[in-house]
Amino acid sequence: MSKTSILLMSREAGEAVYQRRSPWTLMIQRFKKNKRAIVGLWMVVIFVFVAVFARWLAPYDPIEQNMQSILNAPSLSHPFGTDEYGRDILSRVIYGAQISLMVGVVGVLISIVLGVALGTVAGYFGGKADLLIMRVMDVFMAFPSFLLALAIVSVLGPGMVNVMIAIGIFSVPTFARISRGSVMSVNGKEYIEAAKSMGSGHIRIIFKHVIPNSIAPIIVLSSMRIATAILTASGLSFLGMGAQPPTPELGAMLSSGRDYLRSDPYVSTIPGLAIMFMVLAFNMLGDGIRDALDPKMKL
Amino acid sequence: MLSYVVKRVLQMIPTLFGVSLLCFVIIHSVPGDPAHLIAGVDATDEQVQSVKEQLGLDRPLLEQYFSYVSHLLRGDLGESLQSERPVLQEIMTRFPNTILLTVFSVAIMVVVGLFAGILSATKPNSIRDNVTMMFSLFGISMPVFWFGTMLILLFSYYWPLLPSGGSSGFRHFILPSVVLGLSSSGVLARLTRSSILEVIHQDFIRTARAKGVKERIVIYKHTLKNALIPIITIIGLEFGTLLGGAVLTETVFSMNGLGRFIIQSIQFRDYPAVQGCILFVATIFVVVNLVVDLCYSAVDPRIRYE
Repeated sequence: MSKTSILLMSREAGEAVYQRRSPWTLMIQRFKKNKRAIVGLWMVVIFVFVAVFARWLAPYDPIEQNMQSILNAPSLSHPFGTDEYGRDILSRVIYGAQISLMVGVVGVLISIVLGVALGTVAGYFGGKADLLIMRVMDVFMAFPSFLLALAIVSVLGPGMVNVMIAIGIFSVPTFARISRGSVMSVNGKEYIEAAKSMGSGHIRIIFKHVIPNSIAPIIVLSSMRIATAILTASGLSFLGMGAQPPTPELGAMLSSGRDYLRSDPYVSTIPGLAIMFMVLAFNMLGDGIRDALDPKMKL
Repeated sequence: MLSYVVKRVLQMIPTLFGVSLLCFVIIHSVPGDPAHLIAGVDATDEQVQSVKEQLGLDRPLLEQYFSYVSHLLRGDLGESLQSERPVLQEIMTRFPNTILLTVFSVAIMVVVGLFAGILSATKPNSIRDNVTMMFSLFGISMPVFWFGTMLILLFSYYWPLLPSGGSSGFRHFILPSVVLGLSSSGVLARLTRSSILEVIHQDFIRTARAKGVKERIVIYKHTLKNALIPIITIIGLEFGTLLGGAVLTETVFSMNGLGRFIIQSIQFRDYPAVQGCILFVATIFVVVNLVVDLCYSAVDPRIRYE
């Protein structure tokens, strides 16, 4: 074996060791070992797939009424049965998953943008900005979260866009608080001091050093908050404050199915199961990411 | 201790002030003219004007807020548009039902959650732990309105043991309390498990075991006592979640409580009632969290309030 090949081999081995030690590789390794997290990930993947390809997967139109097949029990042609307007429940659940997922993701994105911005400013600059921002967040935290979402929707009016806004706002304090704490723990580190001493501006330091190094808890929180957002949105629709008929929203479907609970329980049972499994998937994924990133993280 | 309590009560004032401001801002951001909404769709301009004058909506916003706060300080939450009775009176006739529901639910949550958490933590990574934690995850992920509907189906329709709605007797509280209690016990079980696991590997537990202390005493006296702080915090926070969650549960079980009143008020566009109820619940939540804070020193004598 020539000297060069030995050198190359040792370099490869060195790289392999280096790769194995990179925090992301370690995280993925830990994640793969967690069976519950993998199941959660697959469930999320399936739900996303169903939501994205709803148009092609749904056997029937979710809105079109068919008075010939009102409240049919589950059968081969309608695996989940039909509702009080003869609409196929399977198709409505497929579209319902799309709506829930969209509300969850968009709502949480709104809160990430606002929450991380506020939390980073509070944690990085400290002083009066911190005091002011956190006091306002405390006021928001003084409201039980579902009630806050309800109050916002009652003002904005029913509708899915307003539900997204309400969900976006009600999660902001949680994101702000977590990101503030995370930023504060990064703030005293040497590399921030080094960047400051080299003359970097605040904006550059925040975007290049502070946010990338304090984002881990936000990633974990996001997955868990999507679960909460889906639950809250379906709760608001259940109360008639969210999606309006004939939109195939899971909470609204469950609510209207309650009128036929005694005779046709599947009309309200199936949408509820769909909500539960979606929320479960995101909770399992969130738990898995948390354990993989930092098992001691308090979230 | 007393000076700490006084300090904390004083600190509550700005928060409550902020809460009242937020309530005021939320209600005043209603698109369109609230006077129009209150007077009705086919009201004449004169009727709208008289509603404005009656409610002081024609005055500057800042003045309206100060008048609102000064009424609040006198315990006046305004008048309900539905019943034309004082909002506080409306709240007080329904609040006992909501608080009973919340207390029963917290009791169920604490018993089930603590027991499940201890069961898990004492044999980590066993089948017992995995099954318990899977149940907790289901508890967290289950929509309360669906769980409630399923219990009605099982215990009121298929097996008629309990009433499906109403709030006139103890039997009416069983199903709603089980729904709220069990679904929040998942959060408590997970937290109890992780707090115990954090404590159980510490030196003093090893010492206790080495001394030959019985395992039951090690768990309940040594471990649980030291793991209580996060557990109490979550119980306080869940109290608020339960108060908020009561909106859904009370609707499912047609209970005459505060939560259902809020929904009815929103549907009726009874803004003084909505504002009053939200402020009322938020105030209770703030007070509960203060009590939780004060409990810390009772649980852990190392925590001293200066």
